[in-house]
Amino acid sequence: MIKTKSAAVVIDGRTVSIEGEKNLLEMVRKAGIDLPTFCYHSDLSVYGACRLCLVEVEGRGILSSCSTPPEPGQIIHTNTEELREIRKISIELILANHDRECTSCVRSGSCQLQDIARRLGITKIRYRSIHQPKPVDVSSPSLIRDPNKCVLCGDCVRFCDEIQSVGAIDFAYRGHEAAVVPAFGRDLGAGECVNCGQCAAVCPTGALAPASEIEVVWKAIHDPNTVVVAQIAPAVRVAIGEQFGSEYGLNTTGQVVAAMKRMGFDIVYDTSFTADLTVIEEANEFIARKTNGERLPLFTSCCPGWVKFAEQYFPQLLGNLSSCRSPQQMMGAMVKHTLPAQLGRERKDVVMVSIMPCTAKKFEARRPEFRTAGTPDVDFVLTTQELARMIEESGLTLNKLNPASFDMPMGFKTGAGVIFGNSGGVTEAVLRYAVGKITGQNPVDPEFEEIRGEQSLRVIRTEVGGLELKLAIVHGLGKAREVMNQIIDGSLVVDLVEVMACPGGCIGGAGQPVGRDIAARRKARTESLYNTDRLLDLHCSQENHFVNECYQKYLGEPGSRESHRLLHTHYHHRRRAGSEEIILAKARQSGEGPLTVRVCAGTGCFLRNSQAIIQGLMKHVEASDLGDKVQVQASFCFEMCGEGPNVAVGDTIINQATLEKVINAVHAELAQETTGSEAS
Amino acid sequence: MTTFEQDTMQPTPARQFEKVCAILEQNENKPQRLIPILQAVQEEYRYLPEDVLAFVATGLDVPPARVYGVATFYSHFALEPKGKYCIRLCDGTACHVKRSIPILEAVYRRLGLSSKRNTTADMLFTVETVACLGACGLAPVVVINEDVHGQVTPEAVVKMIDEIEEREKAS
Repeated sequence: MIKTKSAAVVIDGRTVSIEGEKNLLEMVRKAGIDLPTFCYHSDLSVYGACRLCLVEVEGRGILSSCSTPPEPGQIIHTNTEELREIRKISIELILANHDRECTSCVRSGSCQLQDIARRLGITKIRYRSIHQPKPVDVSSPSLIRDPNKCVLCGDCVRFCDEIQSVGAIDFAYRGHEAAVVPAFGRDLGAGECVNCGQCAAVCPTGALAPASEIEVVWKAIHDPNTVVVAQIAPAVRVAIGEQFGSEYGLNTTGQVVAAMKRMGFDIVYDTSFTADLTVIEEANEFIARKTNGERLPLFTSCCPGWVKFAEQYFPQLLGNLSSCRSPQQMMGAMVKHTLPAQLGRERKDVVMVSIMPCTAKKFEARRPEFRTAGTPDVDFVLTTQELARMIEESGLTLNKLNPASFDMPMGFKTGAGVIFGNSGGVTEAVLRYAVGKITGQNPVDPEFEEIRGEQSLRVIRTEVGGLELKLAIVHGLGKAREVMNQIIDGSLVVDLVEVMACPGGCIGGAGQPVGRDIAARRKARTESLYNTDRLLDLHCSQENHFVNECYQKYLGEPGSRESHRLLHTHYHHRRRAGSEEIILAKARQSGEGPLTVRVCAGTGCFLRNSQAIIQGLMKHVEASDLGDKVQVQASFCFEMCGEGPNVAVGDTIINQATLEKVINAVHAELAQETTGSEAS
Repeated sequence: MTTFEQDTMQPTPARQFEKVCAILEQNENKPQRLIPILQAVQEEYRYLPEDVLAFVATGLDVPPARVYGVATFYSHFALEPKGKYCIRLCDGTACHVKRSIPILEAVYRRLGLSSKRNTTADMLFTVETVACLGACGLAPVVVINEDVHGQVTPEAVVKMIDEIEEREKAS
C-alpha cells in the first residue's frame, strides 16, 4: 500500500492532493489524465449516465468518477484492461445505434463522439445495428433536432432545465425507445423553446444544432439582381478566429470584413452602429420613465431568447420591457428604409443578412412585427459557425487576408456599441449615455468596472448627476426568473434590469464556435471586446456622428414618431401549451347556443386561484340545474394576466373575477337572453 | 337533477375536472407527488389526456416536457384512451414458459388487435402485456380490470371475452 498524505488520493501511482474538488473526475483531470465524458459539465448537475469516466477504486470496485467524491487515501486506477474494454463497449453500443453519416453531419470535425471513438481506437463495431431512422425535426427556425444522432447524455435537458429554467425538452419513453423530445412529442418550434440554442452548444454530437441558412445566402449572393447587405454583431469578431485555429479572443474584424467582401457581400455594416442607436433610444426611454416616475424597472430587450421567455412566463411584466428593437432589427429597418432610395433600387432587391453569435436571432428576424410591406427587415441570419463554414467553402484563409474596413455610414461605431456583446455591456453603454445626457458632460473615464464580471447576477448602485440608480445585470434565464419573481414579490427594487439568455452574454451565444473549453473561450472573448472598446477613439454612443446624422436625416428626435415606427416594437403574451380549450361542462341543449363561460387556467390566473372559480361555478351550474344552458370551459390565456383571474361570460370579460361576480354575470346574461327571446 | 344522475355511469368532464383539481389539492400541488397524481388522474379518465397533463404541469409548476417524460416512461400510464375492459396478460418468465404467447395471439385474433393497435374500435377492450404480476404460482395469468384469472388457456380467455361482449350487448 502506497502511503498518502491525509488529504490526497493516489491516481495511477501518483499522489494527487485534494483541494476542494467535488468529484474524482476533477481529481483525475487535475492529474493530467483527460478521461472522456459526454454527460459531465461542471455547470450542470452530475448525471453519471455515459459511463465513460469509470475508474477503479481499490476496495470499492469500478465507479463513475464524476459521481464519486474524493476521499483521502483512495487508490485509483484509470487505465486497466477492464476499464478500457468497458469504455470501448460503451462507445461501440452508442455507435451501433447512431446515424454514422459523419461526412455530411454538421458537427463533422467538432463531434465529441467522433473524437472519443478515435481516441479510444474504435476500428470496428461488434454489435449489429438496430437503428431505425427517426424523422428529423426542422420545425424551429433556430435549431435542428436530429434524434438519430442523440447519445442520450442529457446535457441539453439539464441545461434547458437547470440553467435556463425552461424545460422545453426532456427524456421520454424508456429502454431502447428512450429519446429527448419536446412536450407531448411535439415539434420544437411549437413549444416553450426560447431558441437560445444552448442545448446545441452543449450537445456533444449533431443531435441538436443551429439551423443553417447558408444555401439561401449563397443564392442571394449569386443573384445578380440583388444587393446583399450584411451586418456583423460585435461578439462574432472575437470568436470566429477560433474556427481557424487563432488564439481565443483574437479580434479579426478586418479579416472577416475582407473575407465577406471577397465572397460577394456588396455592403458590410456593423451591428455596433445600431447598438449605438439602441443605446440612445433605450437610454431616453429609461431616463423618461425614471424622471416621470413611470413603470420601472425597465428591462432590456436586445436578447430575443429573453424576450420570448418574458412573453411566455411574465406577461404581467411585458409593460416593463423596453419597446426598443434589438440592434439587429434596428439595422434591418434602417437599411431597408434608407438604402433602396440611395441606390435607386426597390426594397425587394436589397437583401439583409445578419451575422450573429445567436440562434434566437433567426427566430427574431421572422417575427411578424419585423416585417414591412410583406417582407422581412432582416432576410437571413447566419451564425458565427455558419459564416466560418462559408469562408472555408470559399477557400479563403481568414488569418492570411489583408484586413478591410466596414462600409459607411452604418459601419461606424463607438466602443459603447461594441461592448454590447458582453453581459453588462448594454447597461454600461446606457450609463455612458445617461451621464452625458444628464450632466451635459460625457464621462471622463467611461469604464464602469463595477458592472463587469462573470457572476450571473450583479446588482449595482450608482449615481448619475445626482440621480440614484440601482441596476441589475443578469445572464442565464433561470437567474432571470429568480430576479423576476423577486421583483414581483417586492424583495428586489431596481431601476434597470439587463437580461441576456446566454452565459456571459452574446459572446457565449450558441451560434459561436463550440468546444469543451468553453469557459476559457468566453473569458477571452469578453476581454477582447473590452479591449476593442479601449482601442476605439469614441466610447459613448452620443459621440457617433453618423448616428446623429441619422436622427437629422430620418428620425428627428430620440423617441419621435418616426423612431417609434422604425426602431420600436411591441410584445404579446405567448401561450405555453397548445391553444385548445378544455370543455369541462358541456351544455346539453338543442336550439340556440348555450352560454359559454371560459375561465382562464393559465399560470397567472391559476396562481390567483382560478381553479376555485371553475369548481365553484360547475357546482353552481349543477345545483341550479343550468346544465342545459351553460357550458364551462377552461381557457389557457386571455393575455390580461396582470388583471387575473380572468373569466369570459359570453362576450363579456370579467377581470379580477370572483365566484360571486361570475355567477351574477351568468344570471344577468341568462336573464337578458330570456327577455330577448321573449321579446322576439 | 335526473339528467345528472343518468350521467354518473359515464362521468361528465365537469366531474372529472373537479376530480383532477381535488387530486392536485390532495397532493398539495407538490411536484414530487407527480406519479401518484398521474395514477389518480388515469384512474379517473382511464388514460392521460394531453390537455389534462398540461393542466397538471401548470398546477405543479413543472415543465410539460417533464410530465410527458414521466407519463411515457411507465408502461402503466396510457396516453391513448383505454378500453372499458383492460386485459393484462402476464409475459414474465414463469408465464412465458407456461406458454403465455399463444394466449396473447388468441386474444389478438379474437379482437382483431396487434402489438401496434391494442384497443378495439368500440373502446371495449385494451390488451396489454406486463412483465410480472407477482403471481407466478398461478401461471399463466391474465388480469381483466381488477379480476385475476390463473392457469388460463387461450380458449378460456376467448370465452371470457365472449361473455363480456354478451353482457355489454345485453345492457
